[in-house]
Amino acid sequence: MAVSEKAEEKLVGFTPNLVINQPSHYCPGCHYGILTRILAEVIEELGITGDTIGVSAVGCSIFTHVYIDIDFIDALHGRAPEVASGVKAAHFGKKIVFTLQGDGDLAAIGMGDFINAIARGEQLTTIFLNNANYGTTGGQMAPTTIIGQKSTTTPDGRKPEVEGYPIHVAELIAPMQGLVYSARCAMNTVKNVRQTKKAIAKALRIQMEGKGYSFVEVLSACPAGWKLSPVDSLKWIEENQMREFPLGVFKDETEGAIDE
Amino acid sequence: MIETTLCTGNRAVCYGAIDAGCRHFFGYPITPQNDIPEYMSEELPKLGGIYKQTESEVSSINMVYGAVAAGVRAMTSTSSPGFSLMQEAISGIAAAELPAVVVDVQRGGPGLGTTQTAQMDYFQATKGGGHGGYRQIVLAPHSVQETYNLLQLAFHLADTYRIMAIVLTDAILGQMVAPLNREPLDLGPLPEKDWALRGKGLKGGRRDVFSTMLLKPGFYVPYMTRMREKYRKIEDNEIRYDCVHGEDAQVMLVSYGSTARISLEAVARARRKGLKWGLFRPITLWPFPEAELRKATEACKTIVVVEDSMGQMIEDVRLAVRDQMPVHLVGTLSRHNPGSGGMIFPERVYEEVNQWL
Repeated sequence: MAVSEKAEEKLVGFTPNLVINQPSHYCPGCHYGILTRILAEVIEELGITGDTIGVSAVGCSIFTHVYIDIDFIDALHGRAPEVASGVKAAHFGKKIVFTLQGDGDLAAIGMGDFINAIARGEQLTTIFLNNANYGTTGGQMAPTTIIGQKSTTTPDGRKPEVEGYPIHVAELIAPMQGLVYSARCAMNTVKNVRQTKKAIAKALRIQMEGKGYSFVEVLSACPAGWKLSPVDSLKWIEENQMREFPLGVFKDETEGAIDE
Repeated sequence: MIETTLCTGNRAVCYGAIDAGCRHFFGYPITPQNDIPEYMSEELPKLGGIYKQTESEVSSINMVYGAVAAGVRAMTSTSSPGFSLMQEAISGIAAAELPAVVVDVQRGGPGLGTTQTAQMDYFQATKGGGHGGYRQIVLAPHSVQETYNLLQLAFHLADTYRIMAIVLTDAILGQMVAPLNREPLDLGPLPEKDWALRGKGLKGGRRDVFSTMLLKPGFYVPYMTRMREKYRKIEDNEIRYDCVHGEDAQVMLVSYGSTARISLEAVARARRKGLKWGLFRPITLWPFPEAELRKATEACKTIVVVEDSMGQMIEDVRLAVRDQMPVHLVGTLSRHNPGSGGMIFPERVYEEVNQWL
């Protein structure tokens, strides 16, 4: 390959120890790859490599186990929170268990499961990837599809009078008892990626300290589903998705005891 | 020390599970099995275990999926409509080849049906109520004592083969009270669960993954081949049944669960009158004792299936005897009253069978 023949090329990146280095199945411009890497880095940096069990969900997250070298279990569609609850209970609370779920999985078929896991007082962490459509199945309308957004099942754009409104998960759950932390981040700039990593680290530390349920929503690109180029997708996040879904922390009960 | 106690079949489910070492129970209320989660919620915390009340049967069975993947003995119990809700995850647990136990205390009819007894879930339990053509062990007790014993066997077989084991009881068995010798069974050694999700640090850095997807390149047909071998092994080794008066029976009743108790009464009545009746009672509904039933009925003139349904197990019985003799049904239409609380009584069984002779 032409690239590898350049002997003078300097390596400026590195592969985290937990990342299984192999060709990605994710589409060009998809943010799942970066999110996977962030997760791998955070798990290693927190020193919980041998104690962490991941639960992936139906959708593009289901192959996360292919890329992160930790114990993993795939849940059925929408059921990751209770599968995680079962894993956590089997270990009598002594392991770190997280779910990685997309918007169709968490906010449509699995909303009841998710809300009830928080209400049960589970000590879990959920990372919620909001890319405003069903990416795996080809770009259908999701609960997070914004008004006016075209999808394969809203070919003229989502109309409130026909298809209703997007769900704001980070805000929705914020008042719930048992939920300690709810934040929304994005993946469209280097700065926002770094912020996402900090939020995920904080969410996992909340679980390590047994404080309660922690949640991070991540706005991310689905160029294949959106029918946009990867670069245009970054702009779309900034100009459309972030307008509907503002970034921020909607709940933080750690009172500064846990740094980001 | 053997403890003799008087208890219901539902309580025997709890005792059997606890004595099998089950310390994780995920429950959701549904009649007629509510006393199972109620007792487990009280007892498991005392034993260092965990009871979780879930938001649905869907949630219960998915918690079981997570817990058994992490290597513990875990279970849930439900009744027919709840059992339907669990089918997707039961199929998933089959795909992931994990050992789990579910108790279905059957109630009547399709839909919400009744809250009273029936044997309407035979097809669902034995043929795979979910998608994908999987198999699972189905154990059918006919007494309080056998409920206790088969709960322990269910956990043992599930762990032996890494498969789902269903214990199929019904509202009569669940609510009836009888003496129980609470003597834990010694069922022998089991393979170590070195595949369980414990965090890879605890396994010398080796990690494990459970998935219900069968998409890995070149994986699908080898997986199906392995499943076929596993199911054949179970068929070869785990068939259980009971046969009363098999030595000279000319009329063989075939029945499982609570209707087997009723059938036993009918057989006793016939024997008192000098009639050569017997009872064949499958204990494993899957694997079904097909060859055993065929052999036991070789000299019979008539077979009568007694089950509180419109005819489900009768199909397996007909397959077993290959139409070599008439096979009749005494089913739900033979209940003593038309309401949901009707029952099939021994007298009625005796009378109906005599009509066909």
